[in-house]
Amino acid sequence: MAATTADTVIEVQGLEAWYGRRRILKGVDFSVRRGEIRVIMGGSGSGKSTLLRHLIGLNRPLAGTVNMLGIDLAHAGTEELLQLRRQIGVSFQGGALITSLDVEDNVSLPLREHTQLDENTVRIMARLKLEIVNLGGFQNLMPSQLSGGMIKRAALARAIVMDPKLLFFDEPSAGLDPVVSAELDELILKLRDALRMTIVVVTHELESAFRIADTITVLDHGDILVTGTVAEVRNSQNERVQDLLHRRPRDLVVDPDEYLKRLTEEDD
Amino acid sequence: MVSAALDRLGRRTVSTVAGFGYGAMVLVESLFFLVFGRARGQRVRWSAIAEQMRVVGIDAIPIVCLLSLTVGVMLAIQFIAALREFGAETGVIIAIAKSITREFGVLITGILIAGRSGSAFAARIGSMNVSQEVDALAVMGVDPVRYLAAPALAAMLVMMPCLTLLADVVAIVGSGLYAGPMLDMSLYNYLQQTLELIKPRDLLEGLGKSVVFAVLITLVGVCTGFSVQGGAEGVGRATTRAVVWSITAIILADMAFSFS
Repeated sequence: MAATTADTVIEVQGLEAWYGRRRILKGVDFSVRRGEIRVIMGGSGSGKSTLLRHLIGLNRPLAGTVNMLGIDLAHAGTEELLQLRRQIGVSFQGGALITSLDVEDNVSLPLREHTQLDENTVRIMARLKLEIVNLGGFQNLMPSQLSGGMIKRAALARAIVMDPKLLFFDEPSAGLDPVVSAELDELILKLRDALRMTIVVVTHELESAFRIADTITVLDHGDILVTGTVAEVRNSQNERVQDLLHRRPRDLVVDPDEYLKRLTEEDD
Repeated sequence: MVSAALDRLGRRTVSTVAGFGYGAMVLVESLFFLVFGRARGQRVRWSAIAEQMRVVGIDAIPIVCLLSLTVGVMLAIQFIAALREFGAETGVIIAIAKSITREFGVLITGILIAGRSGSAFAARIGSMNVSQEVDALAVMGVDPVRYLAAPALAAMLVMMPCLTLLADVVAIVGSGLYAGPMLDMSLYNYLQQTLELIKPRDLLEGLGKSVVFAVLITLVGVCTGFSVQGGAEGVGRATTRAVVWSITAIILADMAFSFS
């Protein structure tokens, strides 16, 4: 299996996650190869955000293993985890820019914290990344002065400032107009080609998913329905995948016993 | 009924113990980063500490002066009225000097800073938590405790004793403004007598308390901030809780000091 491990950057096996008594991830197996753009797709409540939180090490797995760039997250020490985090970049759904810092300081933050570079170099590198995401000249604005699309692009610049091997992108098109969201898709493709990153995108936007993805994983109620190329997913025979692709409302089957139990049971 | 009440009691107990444990962990981690961080490439920035010192300490100077002046005058009025009944007016100076340096200077400062900075810590970290900024720091490999808690703790440890000392001086001057004329003394004489009567131990007791209060206020504020859940309303609740609990904590600690 040596050949596959060299090529696989994310390897998840039997991952379980619970919120209280709700089972969010039901033994998920998941792997991503070097250099691909993987889109994790699924409706609201499918567990895709929870899976992402496990991948970036914000949640520790209760059961199962998460292996990133050869580091087992469940058993990683502080030093190993820190090393891993220098090699991954995350762009959060709401941007999560530090509100008290301007755009340039936000982008420079990882450089200042992890490197010994002098201020001039830090400034130039930060501005370079801002140019890549088409935010050149906006470095002195505060996050509150930016539009939704600009916040996402600034967050992306911060995520790539350390030239990570792995980039995670949570809902790139949520809350953006179609043009800006299309621009962001182009940007993601450009990044992969120019900087040779492996990119994992979590989204529920079909159009954007099909445009950028090499491979797609469809998640539903904590199960992986299908993983494959765009064509394979489009032609999947799975009914729930087709529901998602054709925006059909789900036929929710109501189990009478479960239903009564939910209505009558006391809170704990 | 009984089992539900027991259940609640048990859950509360567990969460309280967990809260204390979390506070202790944040304290130990902050101190660790402050002392060893630099050597391990995980330094706490001087600029962050200086900024916090300004917000926590320098900006609080006017209000600390105002309140301690008022408390000084008030104490002088009360002590003179009370001791005059026994014809013990000469004891007024030492009574005021000791009660201010041992008790009131630090307590007024503590309550003020709890209301000002404890709530600010909780609100700032809480809203950062809600907008995923704390998560973002963590995935960037910037420990949120190092980046947010350690500078606040360092600044509080320096500024609380300074503010307490300032409050002592201003409160004693305030008391002198009223008590001096009442005792037929000039303010200069009053202050000179006060200086002769205060022992280093009195000042040290106040300063020792101020260090403990600094730790309590910071930890309560920071920990409630980190544990915020549920959006803007959660931030509001956390801010209130931070003020109430940090004032409670410093008053309880003050009582413990008085016993020992």
